[in-house]
Amino acid sequence: MTVPLDGNAIAGDLFAAFGREMTAVVGRCRSCGVTCAVAELCVYARAPGAVARCSSCNAVVMVLVTIAGECHAHLPALELEALS
Amino acid sequence: MARAALPGRLSWQLGRVLDTIDETQRARSLVLELPNWPGHRAGQHVDIRLTADDGYQAQRGYSIASAPEDNEVILTIERLENGEVSPYLTDVLEPGDELELRGPIGGYFVWDASLSGPLLLISGGSGIVPLRAMLRHWVAARLPVEVRVIHSARSLDEVIYRDELMRLAAYEEVDVRIALTRAWPERWRGHRGRVDRDFLKDAAWPPQDQPRIYVCGPTAFVEAVAAALVDNGQPPDTIKTERFGPTGG
Repeated sequence: MTVPLDGNAIAGDLFAAFGREMTAVVGRCRSCGVTCAVAELCVYARAPGAVARCSSCNAVVMVLVTIAGECHAHLPALELEALS
Repeated sequence: MARAALPGRLSWQLGRVLDTIDETQRARSLVLELPNWPGHRAGQHVDIRLTADDGYQAQRGYSIASAPEDNEVILTIERLENGEVSPYLTDVLEPGDELELRGPIGGYFVWDASLSGPLLLISGGSGIVPLRAMLRHWVAARLPVEVRVIHSARSLDEVIYRDELMRLAAYEEVDVRIALTRAWPERWRGHRGRVDRDFLKDAAWPPQDQPRIYVCGPTAFVEAVAAALVDNGQPPDTIKTERFGPTGG
């Protein structure tokens, strides 16, 4: 089984997708309501894209894929705090 | 896709290897010349991208081992057997070679000298790399902040920055504890075995001293240490963690 990492491992792709540093940003899991820094999400980085799960309830909260050199983030269950 | 790609300020740049330093049998430091380096914070990392002749690309993250105050950017890379990227970086790259990277990256696992509290740095294996940047930053800042380093390695030969850690231990404010998990010298006076709850109870500051804690290492190490710290009463929000693992090396 693949050993999960954390949000630090996808910091570069997150920066590319959002245009800013994201690991210290706090997010709320829409599945269980727990909040944590993006760096604290449970990340499976070995898939064709990276899958981030809530470290509390394990729900898939974010999927990150790179297509033709561009990083895209999909947020099925992650509410990010207001980005300044 | 919920969000289209935005133009970030993080672009790939070419660096040149100025020097290589063998830290252990499996870990090598790369001293880099980076003309477009904007400066970094202690604890940040870079992404390195290798491109094969046929266009295939592989990308990995590596922590920065140098302090913001150091003249050059240094990365320390541990070779993972059968890895796709690390063996090239540790065994093939030579001074004068170019390397494509982007960074600095990360804003969570960072320590700035402006932060208060005693500093507790806990690492397993090459997890010590970003903590070494913090230690050098501490030295440069000349702060009256106490620092404790707890480092776990399989054997003494595998302790990265061993000599530098010994020099740091000479500072009055610095305490270095080494845990060896597989082999130790006959007269080893450090810890024998894993960094567990009992060892941390003795080696870490109690929660009332409000230490600022950074834990970096392989996922299993980080989770065991963080859980033990919380078991010992440390509030989870005082513990910052960074996990690394073989995502392909």
